[in-house]
Amino acid sequence: MTPPDLAEIWVYLAQKPLTGLTLTLSAYVVGDWFYEKSGRHPLLNPVPIAIALIAGLLWVTGVPYQDYFDGAQFVHFLLGPATVALAVPLYQQIDILRKSGPALLAGVLLGSMTAAGCAWGFAFLGGASTETVLSIIPKSVTAAIAMGISDQLGGLPSLTAVLVILTGITGAVLGPLALNLAGIQDWRARGLAMGVAAHGIGTARAMQVNAVAGAFAGLAMGLNGLATAILVPLIFALLS
Amino acid sequence: MIRFLALILICQLAGETIQVATRVTVPGPVIGMAILFAGLLIRRGLPQGLNDTATGLLRHLALLFVPAGVGVMLHIPRLAGEWWPIALAIVPGTLITIVITALVMERLGRATLRPEDKV
Repeated sequence: MTPPDLAEIWVYLAQKPLTGLTLTLSAYVVGDWFYEKSGRHPLLNPVPIAIALIAGLLWVTGVPYQDYFDGAQFVHFLLGPATVALAVPLYQQIDILRKSGPALLAGVLLGSMTAAGCAWGFAFLGGASTETVLSIIPKSVTAAIAMGISDQLGGLPSLTAVLVILTGITGAVLGPLALNLAGIQDWRARGLAMGVAAHGIGTARAMQVNAVAGAFAGLAMGLNGLATAILVPLIFALLS
Repeated sequence: MIRFLALILICQLAGETIQVATRVTVPGPVIGMAILFAGLLIRRGLPQGLNDTATGLLRHLALLFVPAGVGVMLHIPRLAGEWWPIALAIVPGTLITIVITALVMERLGRATLRPEDKV
């Protein structure tokens, strides 16, 4: 009996859910190692590193995304329970959240409309196709809500998911630098801005830096999702 | 641990059920978060086990976005063809949003800022 060659073994393994799952965790461990080594520098966020490693490997070996996702969906599934778990940091910071109520709501509402308005305006002025414009409008909203909004507007939900993650990465990587340039020294404001503009990926970054910023980011993510889901389809209906 | 993981899943399931039944645009897990939050407010206290379970789930929140992010490979042709408007919407669009949101919160929240929340 001749031993199977490496390519055959890979073809077999690539169809196993275990491979996609292992690949996801391993690539993230590598990304996180770079991030920790750099002293958690925002430019070395583990998410883009992990995505680049996995997408690169799948592309080189010709494995379809769907085969990978069959395994990786176990990680993807945890997004739901993790969203529910955000109630815990919210509850821990309830006093300060309550005290900052009006400022917080004003920030989320204005931020929500700025995010959708800028996305629409820049994509339209840049000459994007109608499908792309409609898909990019909810880019700052957490993926599950954004895909629903995109579908309602006539965009492509799967494209929206990718644009949402690219937006989250951009916010987590460049957001802290922009906040420093703007001279924002209030952890509540820094967290709120990261949650509004960069949803869960921005929230993950904020939670690692400061507990108050993390709680504000988590709340901002939820409220922005709510505000965008209600206001954007309404504005669209009024304009058309 | 398992008890509190079950509690979190029950909240999510209740949220999904409400979402399907009422056809609201808010996703089930976000409704589930509101249910758990309301429960904590009514109970007036956070069980240590729930705190540990939630912290464990959230410690690597960023990891959970990786599988959907790898989906970027399905959209490479569109991203390459329309890279300019997409980059314009994502990079300056997101940074303008961050700065405006933070400025509004900082200016309006000056009176309620605690010294320990200053950078």
